[in-house]
Amino acid sequence: MMDFIQNFPFFSIVMSLFFAVLSSVLKPKFGEWLAVFSIALSTFFSLSVLFYTLTTGESFTYMMGHFPAPWGNEIRGGVLEGLAATVFDFVLLFSFLGGRSRRKEDIPEEKTKYYFVMINLIQAALLALVYTNDLFTGYVFIEICTLASCGLLMIRNVGRTTLATIRYLIFNLLGSGLFLIGISLLYDITGHLLMENIKTEVASIVSGGQYLQPLLVTVSLILIGLAIKSGLFPFHFWMPDTYGYATTSSAAILSGLVSKAYIFLGIKVIFRVIGFDVVASTHILNVLFIFGLAGIIVGSLSAIRENNINRMIAFSSAAQIGYIFVGIGTGTMAGMVAAIFQIFVHAVTKPMLFISASRLVDVSGGKKQFSYLQGSAHRNRLAGFAFTVGAMSMVGIPLFGGFAAKVAFATAAVGDSKRMIPTILVLAISTVLNTIYFLRTVMRIYMPAETAGNPVARSGNRWPFIFAVTGFAAVNILLGVCPGPVLDLIEKGLSMFG
Amino acid sequence: MKKNKFSRFFRWIEGGQKDSLEQKIDTGAEIRDGAVPPSSREKLYALLEAVPENRKKMENMEIRSFNRLYQVLCVLVCVIFISVLLLTVSYLPRFGGDHNPDNNEVAQRYIENGVAETGAVNLVAGMILDYRAFDTLGESCVLFTAVTCVFVLMKSLSSERTIPLTKDIMYDMSNDVILHQVVTFLFPVIMLFGVYILLNGHLGPGGGFAGGAVMGAGLMLYSLAFGEEKTERLFNERTFQVVSTCALSFYCLSKSYSFFTGANHLENIIPKGIAGNILSGGLILPLNICVGLVVACTMYGFYTLFRKGGI
Repeated sequence: MMDFIQNFPFFSIVMSLFFAVLSSVLKPKFGEWLAVFSIALSTFFSLSVLFYTLTTGESFTYMMGHFPAPWGNEIRGGVLEGLAATVFDFVLLFSFLGGRSRRKEDIPEEKTKYYFVMINLIQAALLALVYTNDLFTGYVFIEICTLASCGLLMIRNVGRTTLATIRYLIFNLLGSGLFLIGISLLYDITGHLLMENIKTEVASIVSGGQYLQPLLVTVSLILIGLAIKSGLFPFHFWMPDTYGYATTSSAAILSGLVSKAYIFLGIKVIFRVIGFDVVASTHILNVLFIFGLAGIIVGSLSAIRENNINRMIAFSSAAQIGYIFVGIGTGTMAGMVAAIFQIFVHAVTKPMLFISASRLVDVSGGKKQFSYLQGSAHRNRLAGFAFTVGAMSMVGIPLFGGFAAKVAFATAAVGDSKRMIPTILVLAISTVLNTIYFLRTVMRIYMPAETAGNPVARSGNRWPFIFAVTGFAAVNILLGVCPGPVLDLIEKGLSMFG
Repeated sequence: MKKNKFSRFFRWIEGGQKDSLEQKIDTGAEIRDGAVPPSSREKLYALLEAVPENRKKMENMEIRSFNRLYQVLCVLVCVIFISVLLLTVSYLPRFGGDHNPDNNEVAQRYIENGVAETGAVNLVAGMILDYRAFDTLGESCVLFTAVTCVFVLMKSLSSERTIPLTKDIMYDMSNDVILHQVVTFLFPVIMLFGVYILLNGHLGPGGGFAGGAVMGAGLMLYSLAFGEEKTERLFNERTFQVVSTCALSFYCLSKSYSFFTGANHLENIIPKGIAGNILSGGLILPLNICVGLVVACTMYGFYTLFRKGGI
């Protein structure tokens, strides 16, 4: 007889799917409560899974139905899954709360209930991508994730978001298509969709020598497909419009969570499907490494040239995704740990930046250009404080999350003779570039305004915003001050993967 | 300011000072709700008049050379990608071979024990709705997500409904005698055929996705021939919501029960019946009905949302 806690991943996935269906017929007010309730409950579930797997010291699989794994579907819970699900739920909850006031202005009232449907669907998809132990289940929920993200984007109906959605959809479908071709080739040469079984088959392919060429193509297609979906350098052009013009919660969720979930699935594929050693022996990691480095530089340079605060933050996302792929591309365990740590740090930082920036824009008459934002931090102190914390973390000032991530990257690169110099060089350059555009913005918002701004009179509840922003800032500083335990957890989780 | 290489940099240091052309070129200046945007054609004309002749020529040349490069690169990338994939296919195991990797214990159990374990004669139905039901639950939710997205995109707000519906077809079909007669005859047949495919899913080829598609097509044909008003008596937004919500909720809850009992090794009280009977296969028949209803609603919903912005 298994422990009851092992049901929790399944509960949280099916619950959010069911609530999505339910909130399509409920009144928006109830839909909103249902979404908050579902995310909060699932945060609790994920935390329980994390602690449960920590105490038992091993991962568990959960049979979806009456048939055991290679025949039926299966999901899996481990330390890393529990940790990722907890972080994703936490960020989802606070992004959802933090964008509440903008949501009322950006979304027509008749369509509001569909927003909550999309939130529930995104939650189900994120959790399923984290917990899945079957490649095809992963693909199904990638589809849900892609479509629901498009819904979150275009629900704010200004021309620019429609254009951004089309662009986002094209890039994402390209990525999904490559991923699907990859898994069908993999099925053809291994005969399995379940992760463990594929891994044993892949090991026999590598030792037997047959089908080595298709295996190489498969690995490249899957990883490149997921990299395109998460916005790695040459494919980051959908980012500025997508994040820049969507309503605040959507921008926060898309940048903080959706692109991270694809990378998380990619890491799962590397460790649990193909095998870390096999992937490290192909050259695909070098490709990811180089494009990651290029992404860091290009993203930061584009951010410097931006005059619109939301688009600037969006371009900095491209740079941060670059860091993650540099970590993966080092091909060492330490690099992977650093990459996952960066996923978490970025997931708690970027939504905070979007939420606080949108509040700063609100108190500056709805203008997103820097000249209008002058002095806005005095008009809304908390938003200014949160933006500063986010900016410090992005730049990599000690005591903030970003610093811990950068230290992790640097230490990961030190052991490797070939990759050390480019990594450290790019880290240094990008720190300078980040300083230029983030601290410039921070100085700008704290500069006394020449003319008094015309703050928008804001009615409604301020607490969701305060709650969200302080939560994000606290977690960010916590990650920066003591990254040790989290790094240990990630390491423990990765060793369970293998 | 002195015009040199760094002028842009200095202008940027000064902060926020705009490029003189920025306002004119950036058509993406955000349209706030309520403000009436100038039409894009007007903006384009204003832009063309504002730009001096030589600049226009230069830009045209730039665009032309960019387009040429773009086309060349497109073809190049596609050719490389296609040849890599074709080369990969040539390395793959031959289709249908005896010793292919996918001829393994997974397929063996599906084929040998499928009927006994799921109660469905149609092995595919048994696979998608019993062995791998979680994936199919996800797929039905993909359809639901898609239709919700189309709602978000196409549903016209009550304030925007200005175009009379009859004006948007060149030729009003609702007075066509031939179409009326044919549809009067065909509609019941199509619907019956759809229901047959739906209910027969666990016994032979067919199932929810196929049957639902046939039923959805039937509804579209009816709506084309007799107009929206008559169809709305049969199928309106409320029907749509009730049917799709009930179907998906039933799917979620019944499968949750089955997942939960399966994973916890509890007794499943749903009888499998005798394979080959119409009432057999455990949950497969009701699930097929649910999937079929969702698919039919989704197809008709797409049609009518694109047609008039509401169901």
